[in-house]
Amino acid sequence: MRKIAVYGKGGIGKSTTTQNTVAGLVELGRKVMIVGCDPKADSTRLLLGGLHQKSVLDTLREEGEDVDLEDIRKSGFGDTFCVESGGPEPGVGCAGRGIITSIGLLEQLGAYDESVGLDYAFYDVLGDVVCGGFAMPIRDGKAQEIYIVTSGEMMAMYAANNICRGIKKYAVTGGVRLGGLICNSRKVEREAELIEALAEALGTHMIYFLPRDNMVQRAELNRKTVIEYAPESEQAQHYRNLAKAIDENTRQVIPTPLTNDQLEKLLVKWGLYD
Amino acid sequence: MSDERLTASEALKLDKAPLNNQETAVEEMVSVYPGKVSKKRSKHIIIRNDQPNQPIEANVRTVPGIITQRHCAYAGCKGVVVGPFGDVLHITHGPVGCSYYTWMTRRNLFMPREDGKNFMHYCATTDMQESDIVFGGVNKLRQAIQEGYDTFKPNAITVCATCPVGLIGDDIQAVAKEMTEKLGISVVAFNCEGYKGVSQSAGHHIANNGFFKHWVGTADEETPIEGFTVNLLGEYNIGGDSWEIERVLKKCGIKVVATFSGDGYYDDTTRAHLAKLNLVMCHRSINYMAEMMEKKYGIPWIKVQFIGVQAFTKTLRKIAQFFDDPDLTARIEAVIEEEVAPVEAELAPIRERLKGKTAILFVGGSRAHHYQDVFADLGIKTIAAGYEFAHRDDYEGRQVLPTLKIDADSRNIEELHVERDPDHYNPPKPEEVLEWMKAEGLIGKYDGMIPDMGEGTLVIDDVSHHELEILIKRFQPDIIGSGIKDKYVIEKWGVPCKQLHNYDYGGPFAGFKGAVNFAKDIDMRINGPAWKHIATPWKKAK
Repeated sequence: MRKIAVYGKGGIGKSTTTQNTVAGLVELGRKVMIVGCDPKADSTRLLLGGLHQKSVLDTLREEGEDVDLEDIRKSGFGDTFCVESGGPEPGVGCAGRGIITSIGLLEQLGAYDESVGLDYAFYDVLGDVVCGGFAMPIRDGKAQEIYIVTSGEMMAMYAANNICRGIKKYAVTGGVRLGGLICNSRKVEREAELIEALAEALGTHMIYFLPRDNMVQRAELNRKTVIEYAPESEQAQHYRNLAKAIDENTRQVIPTPLTNDQLEKLLVKWGLYD
Repeated sequence: MSDERLTASEALKLDKAPLNNQETAVEEMVSVYPGKVSKKRSKHIIIRNDQPNQPIEANVRTVPGIITQRHCAYAGCKGVVVGPFGDVLHITHGPVGCSYYTWMTRRNLFMPREDGKNFMHYCATTDMQESDIVFGGVNKLRQAIQEGYDTFKPNAITVCATCPVGLIGDDIQAVAKEMTEKLGISVVAFNCEGYKGVSQSAGHHIANNGFFKHWVGTADEETPIEGFTVNLLGEYNIGGDSWEIERVLKKCGIKVVATFSGDGYYDDTTRAHLAKLNLVMCHRSINYMAEMMEKKYGIPWIKVQFIGVQAFTKTLRKIAQFFDDPDLTARIEAVIEEEVAPVEAELAPIRERLKGKTAILFVGGSRAHHYQDVFADLGIKTIAAGYEFAHRDDYEGRQVLPTLKIDADSRNIEELHVERDPDHYNPPKPEEVLEWMKAEGLIGKYDGMIPDMGEGTLVIDDVSHHELEILIKRFQPDIIGSGIKDKYVIEKWGVPCKQLHNYDYGGPFAGFKGAVNFAKDIDMRINGPAWKHIATPWKKAK
């Protein structure tokens, strides 16, 4: 089983990209579980055709210790397993601790057992690496492979670089590796070149360039992945390509994060500061 | 007779220490540390010279890895200043351990008043679980306050925060405010998360702020209290100390309005602003309150010392000097005469068995200073002393205050901005008299421990186990006054240890009768036959 976590700046399209990629993997005949690690609990909405009703933490709170896997693991598009960690309302409690708790519970309940027959477990993680809790999926070998969703926008690249720092920190102790950057295009000028240059500087590669397409929006409004909503569309094919690229990817590295200075020089070189 | 004894006690304290090679001892202490640490620790250790004062480093972070005596801000807030109020229910907001391990460990005693309310023996906690950490613990706290109120009907409730509460940002102040309005009793929350500051000292300050903001001066009645009224600040009634102090004060005709916080009673504190004088015992833990009350209400404070016959006598005379009333002064003198004679008679034979012995004191933020007096009364010379968590003013005197640099650790403790209260500012004497008293050093003055220690004695701040062991090995004291963390380490060296946080099982040690209890206790410890059966390492070597 490959355990993959998807990180990236908030709002960059992690959840959409992850779910579409998962849909693509399903078409390749892979068995996938997706674990949403965002208190908003919307990482599985497109696969389930609506919001997951029982997050791990809510269930834990209501049922106490007596929780069954079936209570928290729902079946979605293409028999994917969908789990939402859930978490507190904004401004209270500790969402990071919540993620630690729910991944611990999933392990205890045997969600990763060999008998489940998973080919992939995906973690869709909120925002930047903000604290120990959100870094949980890259610690202790929970996820071995990280993909960072980014665009050619400066802040998205900053975030990507920052995430690489987190990966580097845990690469030695936990064995986590960077699988590549996914460019979710914002139609920034020379975007692909810029992200390729960033990827090179980080010691990795841009695994795929996803063009911008309104089809994604339309599919989301219909609570579906593009692959399910418009299987013949060009964008669906792009997601299939990405899924295939990940499925075949063997290039996994310990990233070499840049200093802020180096990062800014890179941006200047590619003309972002003109 | 009394004056002779006073002179003898004072002289013994200022005598040269009967020690040799202090420099090499200090060298042995710090040489095992890595370079930077060694340099740091050296600033916390001084050998007294012949000058009246010497600077020392204090109130900075302990170097990780050093076995320190210190505790955390929560311990200082809940365990020291907040906990002793007996008619108040104290709730610890946090996982159960913090609460359990601060349950009645300091032996601060409480006598219920007419309402019979006494929650001293209870230990209340929200017992936070994992899901409270994830989702926030304020609902559970609200529920705990309600349950506590329904079950006990306490006169007030306090909430003390532990580390996780600060990490997840539970708004305990909002809950306290809401529950105060709902229940109609004072609910005060203290953000005394353990990680704040460098020691328990941070917690004392936080507790002072909370009580000053929410309790002091909130009484409805405004009638002045007649007579010679005082508040007892920084006296925690360990083993009944404040009962002995108050017995004597009452006999002298001095009325105690409120105590912070030994045998403390909520209602009294709301009238504390009506007292004419604040008596500050533990300068370290309560000077904030004294300062703030002086600014807001015009109540001056004097540093008092109740430990030891001579010290208590001096304190009573200082109070007489402040009130400057012939009748009161005469009464105080009569009480001293009546009380001291029988006590001295009891002490005399004990002194014979103890004189010439030596003591080491590493305790608290005041006690290492106070107990030098009672030891000196017994003919015991304190050869080394230091505080766990005191600041430089407790060592060198308050004149260093303006020169102290505020570092990041102190900056995260709130400093209340206090102004004169136009309706309640009521100094007990004309301003010019108070100015004169200040200039004379009667009020608002504390000179610290160092000037009271003679040449060649050692002063060590935040002592480590390693340093303490060198002291024991080199200078072979007859007794050490300290706390539970080092007690058994010390006794394994064959040296008796007296716990001066909680008095082991004894007390009271304050006041006249307390001095006799202390003398008996120390006599028993030093001259008890048990020690004859344990060979100290240096005796073994011979």
